Amino acid sequence: MTKIFKCCDKCWHSEARPCPDLVDCILSGPLCHDDKECRDKISERNRSTARNTIRTSVLFIGTGTCGLAAGADKTYTAVKKYLENRKIDAEIVETGCIGFCAAEPVMDVQVPGKKRISFSKVTEEKVDGILDGVFSGSLSTDGILGQHDGDGLEAWMDVPGIYDHPFFAPQKRWVLPNCGIIDPSQISEYIVRGGYRAFASALKTKTPSEVCDILEESGLRGRGGGGFPTGKKLRFALNEKSEQKYMVCNADEGDPGAFMDRAVIEGDPHRLIEGLAIAAYAVGATKAYIYIRAEYPLAIKRLEEALEQARELGLLGHNILDSGFSLKIIIKKGAGAFVCGEETALIHSIEGKRGMPKPRPPYPSSSGIFEKPTVIDNVETLANIPGIIVNGPSWFNAVGTETSKGTKVFALSGKIERTGLAEVAMGTKLEDIIYEIGGGIPNGKAFKAVQIGGPSGGCIPKQHIGIDIDYESLKTVGAMMGSGGLVVMDEETCMVDVAKFFMDFIQRESCGKCIPCREGTLQMLDILKRITSGRRGETETAALQRFYGIVQLGKLAMVIKDTSLCGLGQTAPNPVLSTLRWFKDEYEEHIYNRKCPAKVCQDLKVFSINVDACKGCTLCAKKCPVDAIQGSLKNPHYIIEDKCVGCGTCLNVCRFDAVVVA
Amino acid sequence: MMTTVKDSFLDEIIEKYSCADRDSLIPILQEVQEKRGYLSQEAITKIGGLLNLPASKIYGVATFYNQFRFKALGKYHIQICRGTACHVKGSAQILLTLEQELGISAGETSSDGLFSLEVVACIGACGLAPVISVNGEYYANLTPEKTRKVLEDYRTRG
Repeated sequence: MTKIFKCCDKCWHSEARPCPDLVDCILSGPLCHDDKECRDKISERNRSTARNTIRTSVLFIGTGTCGLAAGADKTYTAVKKYLENRKIDAEIVETGCIGFCAAEPVMDVQVPGKKRISFSKVTEEKVDGILDGVFSGSLSTDGILGQHDGDGLEAWMDVPGIYDHPFFAPQKRWVLPNCGIIDPSQISEYIVRGGYRAFASALKTKTPSEVCDILEESGLRGRGGGGFPTGKKLRFALNEKSEQKYMVCNADEGDPGAFMDRAVIEGDPHRLIEGLAIAAYAVGATKAYIYIRAEYPLAIKRLEEALEQARELGLLGHNILDSGFSLKIIIKKGAGAFVCGEETALIHSIEGKRGMPKPRPPYPSSSGIFEKPTVIDNVETLANIPGIIVNGPSWFNAVGTETSKGTKVFALSGKIERTGLAEVAMGTKLEDIIYEIGGGIPNGKAFKAVQIGGPSGGCIPKQHIGIDIDYESLKTVGAMMGSGGLVVMDEETCMVDVAKFFMDFIQRESCGKCIPCREGTLQMLDILKRITSGRRGETETAALQRFYGIVQLGKLAMVIKDTSLCGLGQTAPNPVLSTLRWFKDEYEEHIYNRKCPAKVCQDLKVFSINVDACKGCTLCAKKCPVDAIQGSLKNPHYIIEDKCVGCGTCLNVCRFDAVVVA
Repeated sequence: MMTTVKDSFLDEIIEKYSCADRDSLIPILQEVQEKRGYLSQEAITKIGGLLNLPASKIYGVATFYNQFRFKALGKYHIQICRGTACHVKGSAQILLTLEQELGISAGETSSDGLFSLEVVACIGACGLAPVISVNGEYYANLTPEKTRKVLEDYRTRG
């Protein structure tokens, strides 16, 4: 698309004189004059951008971060080589990820006249076989995910639709529909799929207050964790009188286990930009920031490209679409501090200071960046806005539960068969997400718990897996929505170890401003460390402290919860509280019997040798760093328990599986 | 010779941000680190002069954020993800393997200057845990054996 979109000289649209109908004109123009040639040209171009008609084959490779980690760059090189060697004229498109991590690298192929077809786990060595099959018309069924919809295109025989795949079938993709489908580096692909229509219509037909009304009526709540009604937050800032206001997108996706924001930005950056622009219009902000983690280099690159293209088309900048509204969006890279996900800390970071929170009120909506009214919304929240404006609030709030409307994207990871992003209607059963979409637990292991909401959330045990997920229901089981990371744990996961892991994380990320969080989390971590370590050579005092610690753990947690300054501290004890609540027996096993039932805690492992399996090769005795193994050649060996430090070397070196861990 | 290169680069940045305010501090630090790999004392002092801030304030900000480093990195910079999903899938073992193989702890650089090791919170590739990245290139679904192989490959490259 050219810098300023024009079909012919009759179009008067220019940088100095923007056209309010630009987006509609791109979709179904020309609107300012009637010319059959122009109309044909535009409709032909849109059909080709939407890939309804293609002249040469197109190969789509998912090169988001997940794809690259799975080897998509090698797949790309192999595809390029295949096409060059066989002199096939085809286009290669790099898409974001479709959100099915377990199937990466994902490659789609569309040959002229036929529907687009998706393949999973396309590592470099599989490229030739798959492409031979596609171009010769005889597919091998191995690795086919399914075929996409396509008007008037011929379907592949005996290939199911991709949205009938168990991973996709239960999903409702309102935020993710374009991810992995479109070329994120082309604004035109977003526009032909209805992009920027919401922004254009808001500017042309709605006042900022009306936009707030629609969002309030829709019931959209913040997807970053807090769940505050978005429309309400925007209205607070709209009602403030100030010559400068700011809109901020919080893309500092710091919760370990959450990656939906990265996927949206890498795969469909314009959806976020459009949502942010509408929100900025609703509060009257002329400057907006996208605060994004520096750990997401590809997402930053995609955003930079996207912002540049939106500016070139006149969808950002001065007097956008002749509405009088101007907006400048600036990318701010985070510098790796988890606490900057907290809004007042984020504001300090944007101002160039240490990212430390401050007490509220005043709330950012009245005094935020440089003490000006500021609204901060999460990526997924903003990405929901265009859909609500186009389809109306009742479309949105028809889906979901009483208090939580619309959809939510969950990031499935951990001990689960199909990892990836699952966008489902609010109120979907947790069980369905894990077993239907996620395909259950791999290797025949038993489900133990699912951790939701990152370090601020909690673990949900088996007996509550039937829960309908929404903001309120999760709180009743001691968890919270958070940003939507779902880390599944099986019988081989130790819940005390998980609690320790989160405490260690929080303790390192605590900014140090308030004492309950700074010192309290350290104490909690110490107690957990005592529980999980020191079976050997533990002194009596240490043992006493271990018992005393567990008495204090719950109390300490409540103090931290009640007295910390910001959300990070107030929710810091959640992982401990929820594991204590549901897995008390595991804690007791660690404390009283000095055993880790999941056999995870290194110090609590007891190693022994199965005399029937031991061949007396002496390898373990030679490798043992503390000479705790005795025995002679060709005779069974023994481990002296008191000497053993539990390093696990014998287990690793034994070639006869004779070392047993209890 | 090195110092002249450093100087000219720093001067370029100072020039570029000549009318900058305090809110440019973090972007400036990021840019310097991106080019130089770390923040030298000289750089901090110069940036202080530019923004009219004492070096102590700049260190206060720079040491607060995990991203900033004050020592040079190895030729191959390994980032190991210690997010929840990676933890559940055994990243502690991977970290141990890396530390044993390289003979350094997280946050250090090997004596031959070839490798440096950094623990990061979450890379965002949770579906493919456990994950490490070496100079921005990702390695997924790792086991201790696979990790050793990755290191071996880099060692042969030299």
